[in-house]
Amino acid sequence: MQTTFTHHQSAHCENGVASNLLKNSGLNLSEPMVFGIGSGLFFVYLPFIKVNYAPAISYRTLPGQIFNKVASRLHLKIKRQKFSSVSNANKALDENLKNNIPTGLQVGVYHLSYFPDEYRFHFNAHNLVVYGKTETDYLISDPVMENVTTLTHDELDKVRFAKGAFAPRGQMYYPINIPTTVDLKSAIIKGIKNTCRDMLAPMPIIGVRGIKFVSRQIRKWPVKHGTKKANHYLAQMVRMQEEIGTGGGGFRFIYAAFLQEASVILNNEELKNLSKEMTQIGDSWRDFAVEASRIYKNRSAKEDAYNTIADELLSIANREEIFFKKLKKAIS
Amino acid sequence: MEKEKVPQDKGNLTQNNLKELVYATDENGNYTTALSTGWEPKTIALSNSIEEINERIAEARQQVENGEVSPICYFMEVNKMDLTILSSYVGLWKWRVKRHFKPAVFAKLNDKTLQKYADAFGISIAELKNSKTI
Repeated sequence: MQTTFTHHQSAHCENGVASNLLKNSGLNLSEPMVFGIGSGLFFVYLPFIKVNYAPAISYRTLPGQIFNKVASRLHLKIKRQKFSSVSNANKALDENLKNNIPTGLQVGVYHLSYFPDEYRFHFNAHNLVVYGKTETDYLISDPVMENVTTLTHDELDKVRFAKGAFAPRGQMYYPINIPTTVDLKSAIIKGIKNTCRDMLAPMPIIGVRGIKFVSRQIRKWPVKHGTKKANHYLAQMVRMQEEIGTGGGGFRFIYAAFLQEASVILNNEELKNLSKEMTQIGDSWRDFAVEASRIYKNRSAKEDAYNTIADELLSIANREEIFFKKLKKAIS
Repeated sequence: MEKEKVPQDKGNLTQNNLKELVYATDENGNYTTALSTGWEPKTIALSNSIEEINERIAEARQQVENGEVSPICYFMEVNKMDLTILSSYVGLWKWRVKRHFKPAVFAKLNDKTLQKYADAFGISIAELKNSKTI
């Protein structure tokens, strides 16, 4: 049993699934568009939550939010279901496949057998599409992979019912109603406004102020935690910023691509310039990652090195502050 | 990032023939996508955390051999779990899982509880109990 579905590779799993499912339903929305309208760009620093024994830093909003925001801003109807029993979850999925509905799933990464071992961590906010089923396997379109792949029935049960933070509880979702005409312009403006609000939020751990906070903390890390831990924290931060799924530079390049597309749709020349500026900021994030990697590669614990990258981070934060203020003006 | 500058370093993906998608600008400054095999700063960051995990595993193994902790602690590290994740996989309170880290308490566990741990780690009870498999 196989539904009609075309796989497109994307940088980030959630945008990718959303974009692929919508394309399949006849709404041609690119990955950057989904990311921008869904206000995916974010920054939050949560020192009191530890992920892999390091403070949690996220460059994006909570899982599920991007697609939900896209749906509400474009007036699409998405159905989401969670299950407490494995057999009910399977029944619902099989029913969908029978009705030719490719279905998005939230899954845990740890048991994904087609991922390289090094990437299999207990991270539960991954997304993929199931588009068919055979006697032994489910046919999987994982948007971060170049090609489609498969999981056995048992493996799919395991990833759907992975445990821990953000446990997916078998969550599946699919569009049930897509209007024939959508108002992209107003959705884009809403998306941009939301992102500007988030990034300029008057909260110390969020957005631009969050980045500045991290920059202050980095200076203290080697003294407070010792070199080894400080290096580990830094490495984790770079992984969050650059690992598969961000499209590079902590999502900045995807966002710049979105602004470029938006400038055409809104016929707004200023957005094109801002897209270029965002690209440069993204390049600075890449430079930051290179500098940080030098520190944890050499295991040098010169306090100076930490101060240097903290300065670099601060300058990025200052540039982003100016950037988002300009962006807010450009669409108002 | 410009398209020609998309890094093609050897990394953890290369061995598996995987490529990831990144966004980059073409010669006219317009956005397009490109595939990347890897990027050194990322590879180092990842091997850094893998090293970290291996150190934790070695440490746990030593502690099991010294009789300081139960094998549960070792298998937890092998499976890249922490206390929170393990306790949600076995469906027990964290303080109970922590108690089962004690070798004396572990020795008295019944098969039903052991089976929960064995399932979480994807091994058999015999493997869980037999510290030689470590």
